[in-house]
Amino acid sequence: MTASGSVGEAPPTVTASPTGRSGAGDGATTAPAPARRPRRARADWPTRLEIALLAGPAIIVFLTFVIVPVIMAAYYGFFKWKGFGPPTEFVGLDNYLIIFRDSTFHDALMHNGFILVMSLVIQAPVAIGLGLLLNRRMRGRSVIRVLIFVPYVISEVIVGTGWSLMLATNGAVNDLLAKLGAPGWAVDWLSDPEIAIWSLMVIISWKYVGFAVILFLAGLQGIPDELSEAAAIDGASYWQTQRRITLPLLGPTIRIWAFLSIIGSLQLFDLVYIIWGQYVAATAGTSTMATYMVANGRNAGNYGFGNAVAVVLFLVSLVIALSYQRFVLRRDTEGALTEGKK
Amino acid sequence: MSAVAVQATPASPPPTPPTSSARRRRRGAIDAAGPLTYLVAFAFVGICIAPVLYIIFGGFRTNAQITADPSGLPGPWEIGNYVDVLASGRFWQQVGNSAVTGLFTTLGVVVLGLMASYVLARYSFSGRGAMYSLFAAGLMFPMTVAITPLYIMIKNLGLMNSLAGIILPQIAFALPTTIIILVPFLRAIPREIEEAASIDGASRLGFFFRMVVPLSVPGVVTVGILAFIASWNSYMLPLFILNDESTYTLPLGVQSFASEYSVDTARVLAFTSLSMIPALIFFSLFERRIVGGLTGAVKG
Repeated sequence: MTASGSVGEAPPTVTASPTGRSGAGDGATTAPAPARRPRRARADWPTRLEIALLAGPAIIVFLTFVIVPVIMAAYYGFFKWKGFGPPTEFVGLDNYLIIFRDSTFHDALMHNGFILVMSLVIQAPVAIGLGLLLNRRMRGRSVIRVLIFVPYVISEVIVGTGWSLMLATNGAVNDLLAKLGAPGWAVDWLSDPEIAIWSLMVIISWKYVGFAVILFLAGLQGIPDELSEAAAIDGASYWQTQRRITLPLLGPTIRIWAFLSIIGSLQLFDLVYIIWGQYVAATAGTSTMATYMVANGRNAGNYGFGNAVAVVLFLVSLVIALSYQRFVLRRDTEGALTEGKK
Repeated sequence: MSAVAVQATPASPPPTPPTSSARRRRRGAIDAAGPLTYLVAFAFVGICIAPVLYIIFGGFRTNAQITADPSGLPGPWEIGNYVDVLASGRFWQQVGNSAVTGLFTTLGVVVLGLMASYVLARYSFSGRGAMYSLFAAGLMFPMTVAITPLYIMIKNLGLMNSLAGIILPQIAFALPTTIIILVPFLRAIPREIEEAASIDGASRLGFFFRMVVPLSVPGVVTVGILAFIASWNSYMLPLFILNDESTYTLPLGVQSFASEYSVDTARVLAFTSLSMIPALIFFSLFERRIVGGLTGAVKG
């Protein structure tokens, strides 16, 4: 996360002191600090103790439950292992070869890609349009903000349970279609492989578009009124103003949202697993890399294999995230750096 | 994208008095919402709310009503399903488990996150950038990637089927967001306050407990609520760690209830709607802080 990582860049006021390395945050800090400017010899022993006392617990918990498991996943991925005792049956890259040759994994990967693209294609225009529309003085705006955020706040289990009941063949949606005089549109929303992934897209869009709208509204409110006022004085129409001024200034918010959406699409698990379960997801054409991982890893008792899938999932996400940051977010983070240095 | 954009600067330019008539016209023509805006807004709100209402109203119907007219409204309204759920020990046990998990997760995130953020924001030492990067890198490791080895680790620690096995990983995975929100917040506390405190003889730890903790309450509330709601809704981790029905949190409870009573749709809907109430209450009470926190975390 370069965008947030830039926050951590030491501001120019900080003086690096040669002895000030905390016992905790090292590992990456083997390079000796320049032994210069001892203007503030703060990091003496008591201070180091303070740092260790304050930051130590967080670092220990974080390393134990986040970093170590991720490293262990990479290690276990080289073994055929049923999860009992230490892994002994080293199989090298076999797990990975199986994954890359497994057509069900290819399907899952394709579904992730489809969800990734369609989430952006569906949600971005809707959310930008609604953001622009709602960014006005209107009655009940705070109530509207709360209500459109509700789908995002309730849990995936509730969303999954509710929608699977509504989309059942004899559920509310088909019944409503019949009442509206279009019984021919009533289809098997959840198990028809042609349709199921579109149903999933509807549910995903419904659950997450409110988040995008709220985000864009916050971004729009950060744009000074003076700019559009100046444009209006220069004779720009409403649409010209939005296209030439508002949208470019909203750019950073949109790009960050897209980043979050992409990561979420790649990691998608809860909704699919709740609505379709591990077996149906594959036949209904909604399986994702994460459901593939759980179904073929932990649920099948093949822990080594499951960890290998986790590594693949992580690497796919990492490559996409890094290229996105490199090619799309670069401008924004550059801006952040220069801004931080002023 | 500036570091302090999160809470420190509301970034609202000072309102300037309207000077020209052109400006007033523009205000009238563009900024005030017209009927179309209200129409679209109501339609969108309707789409967002309808499925939630379906769940809530469905709980007030009987199975016969639901079978006869799946998309209808309750008629007559039956409160029996809700009463049944509220009278069952199972529901309250799961509420209790979720509440305990949520509270301890929140407490842990706030305490550990605040202490670490204070170090990152207020101490100068080499390795600070690396420490920040370490936590920021955590954003790249969602629980999905780590879940299998995490499950093995929890098993080895003997924490299977215990709420502690949920709480500790949740604290760890919530720390990156928490720190990214809190560090700029703590950095924005004026240095003069610290200097004044040190002139008055306060040590840095004393300053932390007497000044930083009270001053950081708004930021802490934001990260606390985010952590609580995330914990309340968490599904994947409990799915792996909790196999014993008596330790289920609400999301697992809803799912097992839904599969166990799959023919009793009305009661499933009642159970589901009751389980979302706490998150909804928390959210509507603290909506501004949550939105501010999320957008702050994104922009930070």
